[in-house]
Amino acid sequence: MTQILFHNINKKNLHTLEVYEKEGGYKGLKKAFAKEPGEIVEMVKASGLRGRGGAGFPTGLKWSFLAKDVFPRYLCCNADESEPGTCKDRELLQKNPHLLLEGMILCSYACKIETGYIYLRGEFYDLCEIMEGAIEEAYAKGYLGQNILGSGFNLDIHTHLGAGAYICGEESALLNSLEGGRGEPRMKPPFPAVQGLYEKPTVINNVETLCVVPFIVNNGPEKHAALGTEKSKGTKLVSVSGHVKKPGNYEIELGTPVREIIYDLAGGIRDDNQLKAYIPGGSSVPMVTADLVDTPYDYESLQAIGTMLGSGALIVIDDTVNIVETALRLTSFYMHESCGKCTPCREGTRWMWQLLQQIHTGKGQPEFVEKLEDICDNMSFKCFCPLGDAAVAPVISSIQKFRADYDELIAKLKADTAV
Amino acid sequence: MFAFSKEAEEKIEKILKKYPEERKRSALLPLLTLVQRQERHVNPDAMREIGRRLDLSPAYVQSVCSFYTMYSSKPVGKYLILFCVNISCQLNGCDVLLAHTAKKLNIEIGGTTNDMKFSLHREECLAACSGGPMMRINDTFYENLTAAKIDQILDSLD
Repeated sequence: MTQILFHNINKKNLHTLEVYEKEGGYKGLKKAFAKEPGEIVEMVKASGLRGRGGAGFPTGLKWSFLAKDVFPRYLCCNADESEPGTCKDRELLQKNPHLLLEGMILCSYACKIETGYIYLRGEFYDLCEIMEGAIEEAYAKGYLGQNILGSGFNLDIHTHLGAGAYICGEESALLNSLEGGRGEPRMKPPFPAVQGLYEKPTVINNVETLCVVPFIVNNGPEKHAALGTEKSKGTKLVSVSGHVKKPGNYEIELGTPVREIIYDLAGGIRDDNQLKAYIPGGSSVPMVTADLVDTPYDYESLQAIGTMLGSGALIVIDDTVNIVETALRLTSFYMHESCGKCTPCREGTRWMWQLLQQIHTGKGQPEFVEKLEDICDNMSFKCFCPLGDAAVAPVISSIQKFRADYDELIAKLKADTAV
Repeated sequence: MFAFSKEAEEKIEKILKKYPEERKRSALLPLLTLVQRQERHVNPDAMREIGRRLDLSPAYVQSVCSFYTMYSSKPVGKYLILFCVNISCQLNGCDVLLAHTAKKLNIEIGGTTNDMKFSLHREECLAACSGGPMMRINDTFYENLTAAKIDQILDSLD
């Protein structure tokens, strides 16, 4: 399988400038500087690259939306990796920080940006130090700063640590947090491309997305477009976790069947149990049943079965689990992380948690499932930001696909009461 | 009275250079983080001092501070154990291990040992899902935990 991000990820000392350069690093800069910035945007558009953080929005198109002739502009790299199940950006930051810097430099050149921030979740303190070491090396070598490689292009990149809030992975909440505020989402429009950081045009991209850009500039957009499927181009880092024998981050070509990821790459189900369910794209996307294991892992195919590719976190659940427990754990998470700004999310997550908790502890009444469905309906598309919809996904999908698990716990109560 | 350490002052100088002068409010989280790391909590005195430096009211500083889980109002132990209980870790048995850790330290989850050595907190996903069960102690991630491994890690900390 072709790899463009992980082919050398375990190379010793790849995090140093010396080794990164030996591996062909920073060659993209000269190639890019020989072109007009707009040409780089067109290359990224032609490559078919889509955002790898969760939404899957076409990257080149996002860059082309920047408000015309408004400066300064900013780049924010979203390194707030917090989606349950997702641990791919952490590996990139830890082992290949210069790849991210090169991607950020290329993006900044393409978008005429002179200041970039890397917003890392607060718990990534160690990675922030690695990143700062890499930034220092890049300045010393003239890859950052004034007049980079004699091109006349200037760029400063800074790290910025969050302080524990899942919601800051949502781009507008990230901006508020970076501006020294509470991490609450903003009303859109205006979108960040028009008014983002400090009310200026801003590009916000995920770590993995930016890390793909050097490959596109070095090898041409057609090389990237040749990978994957017709509409889902390129590769994807998939974080496989849960009940597999070999959990880990795997780079796959988009379109690889889920079965191959679970059974070949990740070694199959632990204790040779049966697969019961999987969540393909992090906790915010609907879970699906085991019979859909032959679905190709790409944006369209996963959408066709009612779920999403999301951040690329494949959570594998075997047949020893009652799904109510999974739904309860995830709801507890969303309740904890709801920022409280809007009512449906703040209240809805708590109500769902209370009902699930009662069902799980054997106090569930038959009408509780209907109540859960009703709350889901009242939250869907009615919350201020996508966190509300994310909180609905595990609950409603678990009811729709694993109703028997709910009924089993509720029937148990009735049987116990009868005795 | 609260005062930043000399080391922290050097860091503040660098931090303030990251943001446009008229946007120095951006330094709020980084400065709160410095306080948390120095004092192991953030108290009102420190908030006032940060407000003074960034031209922010103490009330504003507190409203931001209270939003983020990594700032604590009471001092945490020398070793802050954040134990992930989210989905991937749960599927791999973190609940039993968290209970084991609490029992070993003889504290409630969320509590701190009397000698202020350990605090144990339940934590949401820390982005180490393929290494679950996992915990973070101060800045270090410990993955693929077992009861024996936890005992060994805790015993090795002085």
